[in-house]
Amino acid sequence: MWRREPNTPGLLTPMTLMGVAANSKGACTNTREDFVSGPAHSRGEGCRPQQMMRGSSRCKHTQNLSRTVCMTNCPTLIVTVGLPARGKTYISKKLTRYLNWIGVPTREFNVGQYRRDYMKIYKSFEFFRPDNEEGLKIRQHCASAALNDVRQYLSDEGGQVAVFDATNTTRERRMTIFQFAKQNGFKVFFVESVCEDPHVIQENIVQVKLGSPDYTNCNTEEAVSDFMKRIQCYENSYQTLDEVLDRDLSYIKIMDVGRRYLVNRVLDHIQSRIVYYLMNIHITPRSIYLCRHGESELNIKGRIGGDSGLSARGKEFAKLLSQFIAAQGISDLKVWTSQMKRTIQTAEALDVPYEQWKVLNEIDAGVCEEMMYEEIQESHPLEFALRDQDKYRYRYPKGESYEDLVQRLEPAIMELERQENVLVICHQAVMRCLLAYFLDKTAEELPYLKCPLHTVLKLTPVAYGCKVESICLSAEAVNTHRERPENVNVHRTTEDALRTLPDHF
Amino acid sequence: SESRGTSVPQFTNSPTMIVLVGLPARGKTYISKKLTRYLNWIGVPTRVFNVGQYRRDATRSYNSYEFFKPDNEEAMKIRKACAISALRDVCSYFNRQEGQVAVFDATNTTQERREVILSFAKENGYKVFFVESICEDPQIIAENIKQVKLSSPDYVDCDKEEAVADFLKRIECYKLSYTPLDDDRDRNLSYIKIFNVGSRYLVNRVQDHIQSRIVYYLMNIHVTPRSIYLSRHGESELNLLGRIGGDSGLSPRGAGFASALCTYMRDQNISDLKVWTSHMKRTIQTAEALGVPYEQWKALNEIDAGVCEDMTYEEIQEHYPEEFALRDQDKYRYRYPKGESYEDLVQRLEPVIMELERQENVLVICHQAVMRCLLAYFLDKSASELPYLKCPLHTVLKLTPVAYGCKVESLFLNIEAVNTHRDRPENVEVDRDPEEALETVPDHI
Repeated sequence: MWRREPNTPGLLTPMTLMGVAANSKGACTNTREDFVSGPAHSRGEGCRPQQMMRGSSRCKHTQNLSRTVCMTNCPTLIVTVGLPARGKTYISKKLTRYLNWIGVPTREFNVGQYRRDYMKIYKSFEFFRPDNEEGLKIRQHCASAALNDVRQYLSDEGGQVAVFDATNTTRERRMTIFQFAKQNGFKVFFVESVCEDPHVIQENIVQVKLGSPDYTNCNTEEAVSDFMKRIQCYENSYQTLDEVLDRDLSYIKIMDVGRRYLVNRVLDHIQSRIVYYLMNIHITPRSIYLCRHGESELNIKGRIGGDSGLSARGKEFAKLLSQFIAAQGISDLKVWTSQMKRTIQTAEALDVPYEQWKVLNEIDAGVCEEMMYEEIQESHPLEFALRDQDKYRYRYPKGESYEDLVQRLEPAIMELERQENVLVICHQAVMRCLLAYFLDKTAEELPYLKCPLHTVLKLTPVAYGCKVESICLSAEAVNTHRERPENVNVHRTTEDALRTLPDHF
Repeated sequence: SESRGTSVPQFTNSPTMIVLVGLPARGKTYISKKLTRYLNWIGVPTRVFNVGQYRRDATRSYNSYEFFKPDNEEAMKIRKACAISALRDVCSYFNRQEGQVAVFDATNTTQERREVILSFAKENGYKVFFVESICEDPQIIAENIKQVKLSSPDYVDCDKEEAVADFLKRIECYKLSYTPLDDDRDRNLSYIKIFNVGSRYLVNRVQDHIQSRIVYYLMNIHVTPRSIYLSRHGESELNLLGRIGGDSGLSPRGAGFASALCTYMRDQNISDLKVWTSHMKRTIQTAEALGVPYEQWKALNEIDAGVCEDMTYEEIQEHYPEEFALRDQDKYRYRYPKGESYEDLVQRLEPVIMELERQENVLVICHQAVMRCLLAYFLDKSASELPYLKCPLHTVLKLTPVAYGCKVESLFLNIEAVNTHRDRPENVEVDRDPEEALETVPDHI
């Protein structure tokens, strides 16, 4: 009976993926590997002294995560497969963005980019002709250079997942990569995109190829024509992943942009999550609207958290939001709120059905709920400073961290991927997390993203990223954005701590 | 102000029929029951309709495989009638009993039969998602027959060899007319094909969220034998004081339990055991005594009692008598002010369950409410039973999947601890007396 490989211990465990502390034997571990896994530093209260900060601080009980156990800390190499213009780079970039957001250090390696860097100038499709020996040599060289960088990233730089983005259309090329991975102790997972719909391919070329550096000096017709010939160069030697010949490989074959999938031998948790993610994304044009609730009573008082209702200006915003949404003329718009009064009251003004998600609730500030920053500085000056030192990983006592927030928002992101037009009415910290996902912001940038009240962000996927339009519906609202102060030392003065405080009543 | 807002997750807007496809002994009923259990646990009202059961009810006594011969016209009539009867009950389940998902568990091996189901669903506005199980490994099939067929009511008076021989002939009856879902002809249907117990999957046209979740779940379950050990942390300081929640350390007896747990687990002699705890001191301290690597999950933290954290029940009755009564009225859905409900807990535990499905041998050291939720998933307990499941301190529950369910062995490790189980009192009215409210509070210091 075929048995799945049991999940191996070490860094890439479900817990690290889900932003939860993963460690072995004991409260604190602090090896390079732990740092790499991201969330491995968060601990519960009391299993470490107060001064020991999460993150990169040294801890007393260092644990030697053994590398002698086979497959401990086993990085994964994702290998794309497919003809040009089948969405490989789109998938690579999106998957990389998702994995990094949930805390799995991931990087993509686009062999085409290596070729551009090497060649400097692209002349025509002739470079890709199968009988162009010079071309073949250069392409082989570029692939090797990329694999070399992969090895460095996964073995030396603490990467967990590398996405090797190239056509990889021959079995021979794939074998080479497979051997390379095996030699280095990496797991391999293939992602093949198969598509024969001329409309999809055409749209693809228009969206991302015409703007490519390869075609800066061509007109549209020339570019399209050349690219089509380029695709033909690959077609003859294309060997798709085969159910029989490749039955021992781990892969997902995506057919017709997600209409059908073939999934073979998923080995572990990360592969299972990748498959789930790939099966939920789509390319149907749509927009996602992100905004916060209208200004709340506690906002005006400069207090954080809580569950207050809208202020008069907040109610005004709700009306403006309703007008704005109506003017957008969107068919079939889904509206989501949290389960807190201020987002619900905002949605009520829209006069359309909406869904309340508990996971969209604002970050739980624990013992600091409903306090002003001045009060936090007075009663918890140490905590206040620790938060400024590492705002992403810092967890309020009896509360949450941004890192926790990302973990609880993951199902919302997954559902946002599945949906089409959605308006999400949420909160400052929540909106920062969602925005960071769409705009590929790092853990350092995330907690300082600007998400002012009464401003709607309209996100529209385009090419390999996201277009952002910021629409301020009303200037009348307090500012709730507190920048990182210069002095984050635990011994700083009250003045230094409160220097970046926004005004309030 | 929740007039237009719904806080119940909208998994789908039309009822969905999950239709199983496959020869006998391919795991259809196993999948049906497991999937149904999972969907109900996450809050999607789901029921299985097993056509074989309708047949058993209709024909009283099963004689032999001859019943299933394709040329047995009399039997064919009965079998078709059973399928229709089951479909009618599906209708009733959706229309009158607020069901959202119906799992139609039968072989459905001919295109003709599947057409009947598709027409029926279309007429009624139901979505259809097929789950086909394909397997030709004789070992798996033999194991299957051993585990669930030999004990079937059909074979109650047969000896083992007779039963196996008859069942294999039964399978042959279906093979001639079996048309698997076809990649080309059935390209517009929504389905997942599972090959060889999960080594490969083909997924076609997933329509909505619930189908996507179902696919994800089916791709994560396995049949490799293993055991799951569920236990609470050792008795804590706050336990002794009769206080709920908080983040205290182990009492001396609790520390004793941790050692006893270590001994017990060593004796179980499990290769490759994973140990999971929450982020709270008491589970971590318990795990520390085991001397093996363990992983901390924030999702396993105890239910957040909000404003009632660290209180005794007497104090809750004193300060929040109305809340206390409301909780007794609907303990599953009741949410502590600034805290959580059991319903919230289930949602945050879902990734834990998914990972437990992927894993093999696991020991989960958690908390009372959390353990109740996990147990309810494995033992298929309803939302009303869940919050009252007995999960005493210092007792390990060993769950081993067997046949269509789970065998439970309960082991008290012989170290005394307070009782923390509070039964539902008789009077749950908000105007009840304090004595009535506190009637079922267990003893404490």
